[in-house]
Amino acid sequence: MTTMPLEKRIVFLTGKGGVGKSTVAAALGLVATRRGKRTIVCEVAQQERMSSVFHTEGVGYHETEIADDLYAFSIDPQRALEEYLQLQIKIKPIYDLMFKNRIFTYFAAATPGLRELVTIGKVWELAQLDRRVKRGAKYDLVIVDAPATGHGIGILRTPKTFSDIARVGPIKRQADAIYDFITDSDLTSVCAVAWPEEMPVNETLDLRRNLHEELGLDLDRVFMNGLYPELFSDDEAATVRERLEHDEAANGAGSVVLRAALRAALSEHRRATAQREQLQRLRAESGEDVVELPFLFRAQVDMEAVAELADVIEDRV
Amino acid sequence: MDVGDLLEDKQICICAGSGGVGKTTTSAAIAMGMAARGLKVAVLTIDPAKRLANSLGLPELGNEERMIEPERFAAHGIEMKGELWAMMLDAKRTFDDLVERHAPDEEARDRILQNRIYKEISNAMAGSQEYMAMEKLYELHQEARYDLLVLDTPPTRHALDFIDAPERMSRFIEGRSLQFFLKPGRLGMRVVGRSGGVLFSALKRITGIDLLQDLSEFFQSFGDMAQGFSERAQRVKELLGQRGTTFLLVTAPQREAIDEGVFFWRRLKEARLPFGGVVVNKVHRDFVAMNGAVAGTDSPEDDLIAELERFLDGDGDLAATVYENFERYQALAARDRENLARLTERLDDDCIVCVPYLDEDVHDIEGLAQVNAYLFGSATERREILEKSGV
Repeated sequence: MTTMPLEKRIVFLTGKGGVGKSTVAAALGLVATRRGKRTIVCEVAQQERMSSVFHTEGVGYHETEIADDLYAFSIDPQRALEEYLQLQIKIKPIYDLMFKNRIFTYFAAATPGLRELVTIGKVWELAQLDRRVKRGAKYDLVIVDAPATGHGIGILRTPKTFSDIARVGPIKRQADAIYDFITDSDLTSVCAVAWPEEMPVNETLDLRRNLHEELGLDLDRVFMNGLYPELFSDDEAATVRERLEHDEAANGAGSVVLRAALRAALSEHRRATAQREQLQRLRAESGEDVVELPFLFRAQVDMEAVAELADVIEDRV
Repeated sequence: MDVGDLLEDKQICICAGSGGVGKTTTSAAIAMGMAARGLKVAVLTIDPAKRLANSLGLPELGNEERMIEPERFAAHGIEMKGELWAMMLDAKRTFDDLVERHAPDEEARDRILQNRIYKEISNAMAGSQEYMAMEKLYELHQEARYDLLVLDTPPTRHALDFIDAPERMSRFIEGRSLQFFLKPGRLGMRVVGRSGGVLFSALKRITGIDLLQDLSEFFQSFGDMAQGFSERAQRVKELLGQRGTTFLLVTAPQREAIDEGVFFWRRLKEARLPFGGVVVNKVHRDFVAMNGAVAGTDSPEDDLIAELERFLDGDGDLAATVYENFERYQALAARDRENLARLTERLDDDCIVCVPYLDEDVHDIEGLAQVNAYLFGSATERREILEKSGV
């Protein structure tokens, strides 16, 4: 039997902007803690979305407890790089020299993929039971709220690229270790979040292909977020349409609110239908385990909303 | 106010916004609308949905603008008085072209194009896509072949990242800080000073990569071009601030997107860049307010359910479901209204155009025309369309 995503050590979540990645990451985190796992949700690229979901101050580059057994962390590549080099260069004057010079910023920017490497390196470090960082606590699970699709796969690819460029040295060894870890499907789960519209589905399918071709990885789960419920059958929608049109044509007795309610029903039917087409397309073209998530009819994404999603995905992850 | 008024006398319209808010669609719709009014318009887009690109006949589109055949619009009953041109931005290609144009000779050009650091920068470095979008915009503006240029900006985390891109990029290319460490020698650059030597050897030891060669080559090759680059970046910056340019923020009615919109507006003002207005996409329709009534006052809950049941041949279950759905829709509309109020608190009401959440995705000319009905229609026209649509 294959390992369920949350039974692994890293869950890497990617997807197009605006599809609700952070919310899904939070819901996964919640499910994991319900199972008694000490979990950390990492944001990449300083979005501080977790803080807004959990109504905490910006978490920043600190492992911050936001709920029982649930931690949040925001990976700043610059800080990760400094931390990494501090571990490598034990001679303080050299370390100071590097960071007191602006040249170093240029280097970080110019070295191919260095920012991505230290980012995925930090994720890997958090997932180690033997933490490198002094006094670092152990986590059972690391959930990564990764950048939008293109950049997300870039981060996964980096260790391999580095391992190829650097033939020797500590980075080569570490890049290999990270690569082995993230490509081991018993240890790392790569998942995508999609939205039932044309573009996000296309991106998910592209992601799947690229992951497979470039890294030999398969998507563990695709979370299809934002699905409207199918409240009306085609027949019911037809009835509603017929009554509404009839009433309007005859300038009938229907009140303004009544007509509005009927219109809303037709709108829901159309949207739900269009979304199911995208869902079918995703299912047909991708063999992944698609997990359906409902559209949240809520004013704001808060803890309650996250808990609602957690209930839905609980058995699937 | 409509987008047409907003863009009167403008030569450049920059559509900015965070990912997933429909920036590409909005840019295309605006360009199409202005072209229909008689202008020669070019839209510079990043990554349109395949179906949209297909419907515009653009699948094979490259880094050059191409005119979209007027027949495509005629087929949808749209009279194209002007011309609509479109191109898909290819950051790497634009960068390569730029190098080609500035390089003194073929050898220098090839050396740069093959350089590892150049490859990284032109491909992936944060900011290069934004910089190249600006570059292309500047180039087209210089050529003055269009009445209006519409730029669909790259999907950045923050709507503003691209504003600083030209300056950031040219600062990097100049590599002023590195010049303290690197001095030109006969065989490329050499490291000067004790600290420089320590630094480079420490880096080499850790990374296992000898970047010195690449770096020295890169900065040496760019040495002659750096001046040109920074002058150009300066001119691009001036272009962004001129009277003929306007920034449109594209956003969505969710709280986060709205807050980012306000932030964007403030930053633009600080940077003294011309803010044109906000397009709020996917606004949930207020079905009741739209019809001139206020929710709840016309028909109390039970009355409405009873009326629904009567209308639907006594099908109580269906009536209940219609009611339940209506309540949800009204809740979403109320949420959007509340979030929009946050926007109007700070911004002039007059510069906000809302596009309703349409029942289907916009991925063809028909859809763009629908969006345009809102972007370019008067308040009364918009209402009329709303009343007719959805059924």
